[in-house]
Amino acid sequence: MTDGYGGFADNDDAGDFDAPPSTIMLPGGGIDLATRLGSTLLPNPVTTASGCAGYGKELAKFFEPAAIGAVVTKTIMPYPRSGRATPRMAETPSGMLNSIGLQGPGIDAFVERDLPWLAARGGRTIVSIAGGHVDDFVALTERLKGAPGVVGIEANISCPNVANRGQVFACNPATSYDVIRAVRDAADPLVPVLAKLSPDVTSIVDIARACVEAGADGLSMINTLLGMVIDTDTMKPVLAGVTGGLSGPAVRPVAVRCVHQVHAAMLDGQMARVPIVGMGGIRTGLDALEFILAGAAAVSVGTVIFNDPSAPVRILDELRAALIARGFGSLEAAIGYAHR
Amino acid sequence: MALPLQVQAEIVGREPAGAYHRMVLRAPGIAARVEPGHFVAVAIGGADSAMLLRRAFSIHRADPAAETIDVVFAEAGRGTRELARLRVGDSVNVVAPLGTPFPLPAEPVSAVMVAGGYGSAPMFALAEKIVADGGSVAFVLGAATAERLYGVDQALAITEDVVVTTDDGSEGVRGFVTGPLPEVLTAVQAGVVYACGPMGMLRAVTEVATEHDARVFTAVEESMACGVGVCMTCVLPVVGDDGVSRFVRSCVDGPCFDGTKVRWDDAGTIPADIEGAAAMGAH
Ligand SMILES: Cc1cc2nc3c(=O)[nH]c(=O)nc-3n(C[C@H](O)[C@H](O)[C@H](O)COP(=O)(O)OP(=O)(O)OC[C@H]3O[C@@H](n4cnc5c(N)ncnc54)[C@H](O)[C@@H]3O)c2cc1C
Ligand SMILES: Cc1cc2nc3c(=O)[nH]c(=O)nc-3n(C[C@H](O)[C@H](O)[C@H](O)COP(=O)(O)O)c2cc1C
Ligand code: FES
Repeated sequence: MTDGYGGFADNDDAGDFDAPPSTIMLPGGGIDLATRLGSTLLPNPVTTASGCAGYGKELAKFFEPAAIGAVVTKTIMPYPRSGRATPRMAETPSGMLNSIGLQGPGIDAFVERDLPWLAARGGRTIVSIAGGHVDDFVALTERLKGAPGVVGIEANISCPNVANRGQVFACNPATSYDVIRAVRDAADPLVPVLAKLSPDVTSIVDIARACVEAGADGLSMINTLLGMVIDTDTMKPVLAGVTGGLSGPAVRPVAVRCVHQVHAAMLDGQMARVPIVGMGGIRTGLDALEFILAGAAAVSVGTVIFNDPSAPVRILDELRAALIARGFGSLEAAIGYAHR
Repeated sequence: MALPLQVQAEIVGREPAGAYHRMVLRAPGIAARVEPGHFVAVAIGGADSAMLLRRAFSIHRADPAAETIDVVFAEAGRGTRELARLRVGDSVNVVAPLGTPFPLPAEPVSAVMVAGGYGSAPMFALAEKIVADGGSVAFVLGAATAERLYGVDQALAITEDVVVTTDDGSEGVRGFVTGPLPEVLTAVQAGVVYACGPMGMLRAVTEVATEHDARVFTAVEESMACGVGVCMTCVLPVVGDDGVSRFVRSCVDGPCFDGTKVRWDDAGTIPADIEGAAAMGAH
């Protein structure tokens, strides 16, 4: 710990930190931020959360898509989808409710128009997909085979299952298993499949385990929490859709708990160890570090992009500095460090 | 399309303006990119603020020489109340210019600017541009009360054709802007109408302008979470060039729309013929 960044762990200023045992400093004073999601190696762990970065193009006015680990796209469905009526959002303390209803152009327009743009810009793309039936997920996955720049598929199973009276897939281990198994079977073997989990379940560990058993190469967590707001002037719900998903810093403690619980279950041998993409209210590099210490191998930045459109690159810089300040020589050394 | 910048802007001017506040911001690099109809997204509070979403305001004036932009805003809720507390020397984080500005006529034209309340904010710079290009302008400025009118003096500095309406008759003609509008359109033989204000007003102005064979461009005010086109909260049903109606983002495809393309009566619903409506039925 005397080379590279000057051995912060030996430095008096770093005395507050409980320094990790082994660190590898890269020549030139860098720190290895690379992280692995199945067979995909991302240069760094910061991604955008689905639905908070479009398909990458708009945010390219604020930062290079290639500068972050990956762009996770807005969830794509098989066909164009109008989404819900407005109002679709309400600001809440340190967060917001959204009720977009998965508006999107459908997979064909996405593959023909949006994906090539991101690939040409050098961006790595994790495509979020959803459907009302397992077959929809399979068709979407097949359509993505060989598509440029796709480094992962995130199955958004927090969407209603038509065959089961609209109950969301992610609420039930068996239906979660069915979707993930089918997507894993249909996907290019070299493309990792991530299962995006909902926190609105009795036991997120049970759902996570079902997804891992089904072959998920990683788990993205958490999706939004169901909430609602009533306007006390009109005395009616604010959202046209009545309820909506709560996101932002307000949900961060819930999200960190979920990541910690699932990582603990992996360490316990209750399920195979797969990387976790942690998200929920990440606003700073230290927030990202919290998720990594809880067990996340990568993070997604969502709602905070609305506050600060260049947040993903800022958070990456802050995370790098925070890891170095704590004497970590690599991202990997910090993953799950809170469990020691 | 002008690339937006995100900068920390110093408040260099503050003054009351009737029921509103006018705030001048030194925002390096932004003013030169601004066209009439662009908006600015202002962050409320600092990096720890519990109000995460930026507030959108029309850019009232942009002065590239002084590197300033300014906005005129009403205290509408907790965010704008917070902004109203700021003083000269304080700073706010801004992203601008955003949105699609008003299309300018290709040739000199007779234009009528119609605005409700602070909706007039973007109209004066637009009117000056039209006049500088050899066109002529008239104004119809309306508000609920006299103190909610904004910029009558600025309008009078550009043209003598200024009609004022108030709902309560406290200034000008009692009633809505659509009252005197037909007469004004005929008198100046208007080729185009520019309008900014509440949705109901924009719908009515579009109708009147269409009856008078004038083009009509409207600046809408939809709730926006991101302001930059990534979240899909700000959508309106709009008819595309291909005749297909879609929910389009008012933050990037608007806020300035051809008024005849916006399906005003269907805002807040899912019209059966909007692209992708069928997929909503499934779940
Ligand atoms: C393109 C555009 C231009 C605008 N120009 C001006 C202007 O020049 N002057 C001015 O005073 N106001 C303008 N507004 C409206 C202004 O954005 C709202 O008054 C402001 O966001 C209210 O914030 P608040 O926290 O005080 O109110 P709250 O009601 O507490 O806000 C809660 C949330 O709802 C949103 N919201 C509430 N009312 C509106 C509204 N009318 N439009 C959009 N979002 C809203 C807020 O942004 C916030 O996210 C404009 C809005 C848009 C979209
Ligand atoms: C406006 C909005 C739209 C979203 N759309 C999607 C979506 O299409 N698919 C999805 O899996 N998650 C979606 N999410 C959830 C986010 O990806 C993320 O899981 C959640 O918001 C928590 O992270 P955050 O607090 O950083 O936003 C959306 C969130 C927001 C705020
Ligand atoms: S406000 Fe986010 S897309 Fe328009």
